[in-house]
Amino acid sequence: MCGLAGILNKNGERFSGEKITLMVDNMKVRYDGRGGGFAAYGIYPKYKNQYALHIFIDDIEARERTEEFLKGVMDIVKDEEVPTANISEIPKAHETWRYFVDVPNSVTNKDDYVVKIVMRITDEIDGSYVASSGKNLGVFKAAGMPCDVARLFEIDRYKGYCWTAHGRFPTNTRGWWGGAHPFNLLDWCVVHNGEISSYGTNKRYLETYGYKCKFRTDTEVITYLFDLLVRKHGLSLKTASMALTPPFWKHIDSMPEEDRTIYTKIRMVYASAMLNGPFGIIVTNKGNMIGLNDRIKLRPLIAAQSEESTFIASEESAIRTICNNPEEIWAPKAGTPVIAKVEDANLEEV
Amino acid sequence: MGNLPSEFFVNVDIKRCTGCLRCSLECPFDVHVYQKNEFKKSGDGKEKRKNYIIRYHENCTACQRCVYTCPEKIITIEKRPQAFATHPIWAQKTIKDIQVQAQTGGIILSSMGNEKPYRVLFDHLVLDACQVTNPAIDPLREPMELRTFLGRKSEKIDFNSDIPPNLKLDTPIMFAHMSYGAISLEAHKSLSKAAKMQGTFMGTGEGGLHKDLYPFSDHIIVQIASGRFGVHEEYLNVASAIEIKIGQGAKPGIGGHLPGMKINEAISQTRMIPIGTDAISPAPHHDIYSIEDLSRLIYSLKEATRYKKPVFVKIAAVHNSAPIATGVIRAGADAVVVDGFTGGTGAAPQVIRDNLGIPIEAAIASVDERLREEGIRHWGSIIASGSIRNSGDIAKAIALGADAVYTGTGALISLGCTVCKQCYTGKCPWGIATQDPKLRKRLNPEKGAIAASNLIKGWSHELKEILGALGLNSIESLRGNRDRLRGVGLTQAELDVLGVLPAGK
Repeated sequence: MCGLAGILNKNGERFSGEKITLMVDNMKVRYDGRGGGFAAYGIYPKYKNQYALHIFIDDIEARERTEEFLKGVMDIVKDEEVPTANISEIPKAHETWRYFVDVPNSVTNKDDYVVKIVMRITDEIDGSYVASSGKNLGVFKAAGMPCDVARLFEIDRYKGYCWTAHGRFPTNTRGWWGGAHPFNLLDWCVVHNGEISSYGTNKRYLETYGYKCKFRTDTEVITYLFDLLVRKHGLSLKTASMALTPPFWKHIDSMPEEDRTIYTKIRMVYASAMLNGPFGIIVTNKGNMIGLNDRIKLRPLIAAQSEESTFIASEESAIRTICNNPEEIWAPKAGTPVIAKVEDANLEEV
Repeated sequence: MGNLPSEFFVNVDIKRCTGCLRCSLECPFDVHVYQKNEFKKSGDGKEKRKNYIIRYHENCTACQRCVYTCPEKIITIEKRPQAFATHPIWAQKTIKDIQVQAQTGGIILSSMGNEKPYRVLFDHLVLDACQVTNPAIDPLREPMELRTFLGRKSEKIDFNSDIPPNLKLDTPIMFAHMSYGAISLEAHKSLSKAAKMQGTFMGTGEGGLHKDLYPFSDHIIVQIASGRFGVHEEYLNVASAIEIKIGQGAKPGIGGHLPGMKINEAISQTRMIPIGTDAISPAPHHDIYSIEDLSRLIYSLKEATRYKKPVFVKIAAVHNSAPIATGVIRAGADAVVVDGFTGGTGAAPQVIRDNLGIPIEAAIASVDERLREEGIRHWGSIIASGSIRNSGDIAKAIALGADAVYTGTGALISLGCTVCKQCYTGKCPWGIATQDPKLRKRLNPEKGAIAASNLIKGWSHELKEILGALGLNSIESLRGNRDRLRGVGLTQAELDVLGVLPAGK
C-alpha cells in the first residue's frame, strides 16, 4: 500500500510545495514512514536549459569522485548542496547535491547521453546515486514520512507548476532514500502504488532495448516503459498508456473495425510492455501528468478538476483537503488514463 | 521375440470367462489367440474338441485394449520382471537389447519419447503465487486472456503499415505435427476438428493433407520436411501457416521413415508416392546445406503464398540451439519451433532417441535469452515442443520464454493412446498409429475430436487458474517472466541456464 498525490496547473502557473504536502499528509494510513518523496516541475527557471542532476552522496570522497567524473563528461554550469533542515525525524543518510549541467555540443542525442551518464554514476561511482536528472525539475526524497521529508528539504520554498508526492509502505525492496518514490529518468517521474506482477516480462523486454533495470523496482520499469514508448517510439501519451494497460480482447473484438485494428496492433506489438498486477500510478513529464490504473482497477485512484488545476490522488479526501469544491471529481475507469496538460500556449514557459 | 522372457503376464479369471472371444478379436499383438476345435483336456480329464484361447504373454505390450474391452472385466495385466542377476552396468534392459541385436543384426526401433531416466527439469521448477501485497485474480469472476499471436511483430507501432501475418490462437496450445501415415486419417480428423473447436491449430506432419481435412485448413499448419511428401501449391495455400521441419527432438539428424506396408491408396495419393513404396525422408533437406539455403526455402514458400502465411521452422533441441534458432529467425522464419529430446515419435532408432539432444526447458531458456540479447525477440515467436505433459509444463515453458507449445503425445493420449510404444509396428490397438482398416474403425473422429478438444479446454482452464494465482490476467505477462519461477534441487549451472533463482531467494 502507498499513497499518491499529484497536482498540475494547466496555465503553467507555479505554486509552492505546501499544497502537495497537505495532500499526501492526509493519507497517513497508506504508508509507514519508510519512504516519502516529491517531484516538482518548473522549480529551476533560471537553469531551465540545463539538466538538473539531484545526486545523493555518501561522503566527501564520493562527492569528489562524482565531480571529477562529471567534469570529464559534461559542463557543470552550477553546483550546490540542496539545502536541508536539521530534523530529528530523519537522520541524514546522504547529502543531496544538485548540478546544473550542459551536455557537450558534439553529442547528437543529448537525452540518451544523459541517461548513460546517470547509469554510470549510479553504477560505477561508489556512494553516489542520481535521484533525478531532468530539466527544470527536481526529486526530493528520503526514508521517512512525507511530511518530514517536506520539512527536511524545505519544499515549501520551491515553486513548481506540477507536483507529485508519494508515501511509501515498502513490501518488496528495503526502505532507503534511493528506493523512495518518485523514481526519475530525464523528464519522467513516476509515483506508484501497487505491484507489477509482470515485472519479469517487462524488465526483459526493456533489456532488449538496452535499459538496465538495476534497482529491480516496479517504478523503474514503469518509468523506462514510458521513456521507450513515448520518447523513443514516438507514441502519444494516450497511445502509450493504452499500450501499457490495453483493453481486454473481448472489448477489442466488439469495437468498430478501425479501432479493432489499432488495438490489435498495439497489443501484438507491445504485448511484453503490458503492465499487469495491481497498481495506481501518476506519471509526469514536462507539461503533462498522467494517472493510470491497472486493467481491473485493483488499487484506488481518484481524479478531480478545478478551474485551473487537475488533481490525482489515492484518496478523495486528499484532494478535498486542498480543493474542497472541485468542478468535477471522479474515479477513472480501470486501464483508462487521465491525462492533464499544461496548455500549449504556456508550455514554452515551463 | 523368440525366447526372450516376457515382460508382462496376462491374467484372465478363467472361471468367470464366458468364452466370448472378444479379447482375441481386440488384441492386435496376438496375445489372445483363438484355437478353433483343438483338443483340450476338460475338467473330467478326458480330451474333447473345444474352442479355446492360448495366451502368448511374451507378445503383450500392456496396451490395455483387452482389459478395457473385456465385457466381464476379468483381465488384468501384470508386470513380470524376470529376476536377472543384478549388475549396476548390465541392467535387464541392456541385456535384452543386446540379445535382440544378436538375433536380428539390426537397429533397435522404438516409439514415443526418450526413455532414459534423465531428470525432467520442469519437475524442478515451481511457480509463484500472490499473497496479500498483490491480490490473486479469480478467473471465474474476472477476464483472463490466453489469446496468443505467433509470427513476426514490428519493433514499434506503425499505424500506416500492416504487421506481418500472424497466427491467432485462442489458447497457446497446439497439436504437434504427426503425419497422415504415421497416424490414421481418423486421428487427423479428430485433431483438426478439435483444433477448430478450441481456436487453435494442428500440424500435418510431413505426410501431406488429405482432402477431407481441407475444410479445417484455417486451423491447420502444413509441414515441409526433407521428403517433401504431399507438397503442392494448393497444400501451401490452403494452410494457415507453413512449417519447415529441419529436425525432431526424438531423432535429431534423422528423417522420417514410413514403411511401404502403410502406404495404402489414400496415403499414396496424399503423399504423392506409389502404393507400397517406403517413404524414406532424407536426414537433411537435399536443398538445405546451410542457413542461406534455409532462407531461400523460407522465402520460396513466402513467395508461393504471396507473403500471406507465416513460415515456421522446427529444429531439434541440441547443444547449439540458441545460435541456430537465432540464425533461423534471421533467415526469415516467423517462428522457431524447438523440439526437446523427450519429444515423441512414431518410429526412431532407440539409440538416437535416448542419447541425442537436450532438454526442452534448457533449450527454450537459451533460445529466448539469445534472441533478446540480439534484440530480435520480436522478429519471431518461440514454440516449445517435446513431452509437454500438463498445463503446469505449459505455464513453465511460457515463463521460460515460449510463446506457445505443441502437444503430440498428449493429444494422442486424449484419443485413447496408452503409450504402449508399438507405433512403429503399425498395429496400434486404438486406431491411432495404424492404417489397418479394422483397427482404424476403433477411433471415431467425432468422439476423438471432443476428447482432444476437452484436453485443450481443460488445460486452458488450468492455465487461467495459474495466471490468476500469479495475479496476472493475460498470458503475455507470463511470457519470459522468469521472476515468477524458482528452481528446486537444481545446480547453480542449471539455474544459470534457465535464468531462474533458487527457491527462497
